[in-house]
Amino acid sequence: MATTEQATEVVVEHQVVDAQPLRTRIGVGAFLVLLGVVSLWFLGLKLDGSAKAHLNKLVLPGLATGVVVGVVILALAGYQLARGFRRQQVGLVLGGSLLLFVVAFLTWVSAHGDGARVDLTGLLQNSIGLAVPLMLGAMAGVLCERSGVINVAIEGQMLAGAFGAALIGSVAGSWFGLVGAAVFGALIGAILAVFAIKYLVNQVVLGVVLNVFALGLTGFFYDAFMQQNTQALNTPKVFKPIDLPVLGDIPFIGPLLFQANIVVYLTYVIIVAVDVALFRTRWGLRTRAIGEHPKAADTVGIKVLAMRYRNVIIGGAIAGIGGAYFTVGSVGAFGKNITSGNGFIALAALIFGRWSPRGAVAASLLFGFASALQTLLSFTVPGIPSNFLAMLPYVATILAVAGLVGRVRAPAADGEPYVAR
Amino acid sequence: MKLELRGITKRFGALTANDSIDLVVEPGEIHALLGENGAGKSTLMNTLYGLYQPDEGEILIDDVPVTFAGPGDAMRAGIGMVHQHFMLIPVFTVAENIELGHERTRPLGFLDRRRARKEVEEVSRRYGLQVPVDALVQDLPVGVQQRVEILKALVRDAQVLILDEPTAVLTPQETDELIEVMRSLKEAGTSIVFITHKLREVRAVADRITVIRRGKVVGEASPTSTAAELASLMVGRPVKLEVDKATAKPGDERLRTDTLRVVDAAGQVLVDDVSLKVRAGEIYALAGVQGNGQTELTEALVGLTPVESGSVHLDGADITKAGVDAILDSGVGYVPEDRLHDGLISSFTVAENLVLDLYDDKPYRKGWSLDLDYIHGFAEERVSEYDVRTSGVDAAASTLSGGNQQKVVLAREMSRELRLLIVAQPTRGLDVGSMEFVHQRIVAARDAGAAVVLVSTELDEVLGLADRIGVMYRGRIIGEVPGGTDAETIGLLMAGDASVLEAKPA
Repeated sequence: MATTEQATEVVVEHQVVDAQPLRTRIGVGAFLVLLGVVSLWFLGLKLDGSAKAHLNKLVLPGLATGVVVGVVILALAGYQLARGFRRQQVGLVLGGSLLLFVVAFLTWVSAHGDGARVDLTGLLQNSIGLAVPLMLGAMAGVLCERSGVINVAIEGQMLAGAFGAALIGSVAGSWFGLVGAAVFGALIGAILAVFAIKYLVNQVVLGVVLNVFALGLTGFFYDAFMQQNTQALNTPKVFKPIDLPVLGDIPFIGPLLFQANIVVYLTYVIIVAVDVALFRTRWGLRTRAIGEHPKAADTVGIKVLAMRYRNVIIGGAIAGIGGAYFTVGSVGAFGKNITSGNGFIALAALIFGRWSPRGAVAASLLFGFASALQTLLSFTVPGIPSNFLAMLPYVATILAVAGLVGRVRAPAADGEPYVAR
Repeated sequence: MKLELRGITKRFGALTANDSIDLVVEPGEIHALLGENGAGKSTLMNTLYGLYQPDEGEILIDDVPVTFAGPGDAMRAGIGMVHQHFMLIPVFTVAENIELGHERTRPLGFLDRRRARKEVEEVSRRYGLQVPVDALVQDLPVGVQQRVEILKALVRDAQVLILDEPTAVLTPQETDELIEVMRSLKEAGTSIVFITHKLREVRAVADRITVIRRGKVVGEASPTSTAAELASLMVGRPVKLEVDKATAKPGDERLRTDTLRVVDAAGQVLVDDVSLKVRAGEIYALAGVQGNGQTELTEALVGLTPVESGSVHLDGADITKAGVDAILDSGVGYVPEDRLHDGLISSFTVAENLVLDLYDDKPYRKGWSLDLDYIHGFAEERVSEYDVRTSGVDAAASTLSGGNQQKVVLAREMSRELRLLIVAQPTRGLDVGSMEFVHQRIVAARDAGAAVVLVSTELDEVLGLADRIGVMYRGRIIGEVPGGTDAETIGLLMAGDASVLEAKPA
């Protein structure tokens, strides 16, 4: 056996770039200046000096908090503009500043409302509650789009799931309702799969059509049957919260994460499973391969279409479970269009999260927090237009994503049908 | 392992891509499959690899008939293939790419990355194919990516390795390395099917040569045959491999660029301080490996790509920001490298394509509308002058073969009085016959007094046509040499080694 030593060295050029591009540096810097000025002036100096803020049991001076936060953020902004943080630190700086800003904002809310108590635990609990369907919807999106099928039909899958859970949950019990939700979601997923993979229909149009289809169909059945016989067909029992032993007793975190019902726990399991499976298993490697370069996967003997079918249908089932959260997970009854656009927000979370499970979860939590904050503001600060304030987190999200994430890269073959031979 | 194809026929609709082809690959031989583009070589190999099902005929391994339902079956039977367009996933690491499809796993399907890495390292050492196991494929040079492809097949214990046009994307030095690798694989007992249309390489490495023309085997040749013999077997008639041209009579300076810089949206410098001068009546070739800024440079010359800094002058007039229309009107002809996307509108007719950049000038228009009668007559004239094989000037451009499409583009661009002709990859994908024709036309344009900028990654083409050669590497022209320079010097320049110029100043 002959060995030929190749004379050429394999030189891989890694661009070690510590500095940020100038445009990012100035953009992020300007954004920080804005945050700093807003907290220094509006959230700090404009307050009555004696106003106190109540966050849970914590009492903070309103003016001082705003000023301190403002000064810290401005200092960070100054360094960013003058010298520039290293590329790896920018995310941390930006995230930290946003967190500080949110704290200052909440103290302002409390202090401005003459010491109205801001229930921080409640706020975060609400955030997670609102984020659960988003996270599940986004996981459904991850499964589909990582394998190369665009899933705009998350909303429809959720709605079908919500309907299935209510119907079957009323007839056979909530557990069967949960299973039914997965099945109903998977059915919409299967329609998506067949038309996208076999009949090569434009996947975005197809997704929109499926959403309308699910809306119309569930609406029709709701009017025709559920309404006529609400008692028998639309009274699923809501899952009771379960306090997990030990975990549920941790202060602050316990009530937040571990005193929830089974749908929420199932969500945790699904998130971890998707993340681990996608990056550490054979299934995950192949899924990412068919989403990036299906032909390459085909030439090494991977059955591209079969895998896509499977992943899209599993994705549909997960979105269906996300829908079940609305009926057997919280409200306890199906209503027309009960998902009200959550599937679309889940899609946005998926993209903001750069098609990664972790990113999608973080984005979902952010969106959940934004919604919870809006609800809170409408109660505590009736004087100011809460719609306007509720905009802030979204604006912050968009700017943070634009500054941090930069150009978003979808899986290369996302939305490209694969015609084998 | 002995591999045999018997009477393989593959049809796509009315087209018979393979017509009862017989082929035997003996154990441990390098068997070259020689043929022009479109002769049916790739179809045959895709059939062998299980990507296509043959309409007739059978595949035998060690005299036992087998059927492959997909590439998986072919791989299990010991056949590996390195595709012309690499089947690698750019965002995966080398190890991930190699293990994809036959992953080493622990229970529950978890990837055993350590074992996969060890396996890759072991095979890579055994065959002397060095690869950086943990690097992302997208960061690797093309030659190394190809090694990854070869390793992919070897890790699966391929006994027969199919290399589909493996040298198309390589520098001459990388090609030499590949030839070494092929020889050492052969010594280790692997058979190789080497698909190519390049005569030099075939003669250098093949043990046996099978020539395919229009889907049929037209003969076997020995590697001792001359290039001319092989070429005429491949084309079916005697061909001239040399380009006929008289010595250039360069006139005044026509085109001048000064420190031209092109930067893409991501801030990457694609053309870096290029200053060049081209005279009337000379062919200036831009040589280099694909992707070193040639495309962007030509696009900047015709105004398709915005220029970051620097200037372009045509006969002393600044045309840097003049805009495409004005630049073409001032007597610039442009044959883009991707004729299907940039050179033609494939759903338009031949006649329409022939007036794409002329239609708004007289005599092609009459008042506010096109003069269709004139255009029709004009197109007929062009088609016969350039010998475009088409069912008529009203046939869609997409129905033409690559060579005839290129003739349409050339005919259009040369329909005007030209001061400067820019041609990029003019013969890519063309058969030898069309190639001769295109080359003659380019030389004719030069002799008519135009300055010609030729972009080509084919060294033979550059050497055959150029009066002067500028070699581009990473956006720069790292060396300028006269036309007759030897291939080795240019090859080294293409690989970024400018030290050859200091050794023997041109």
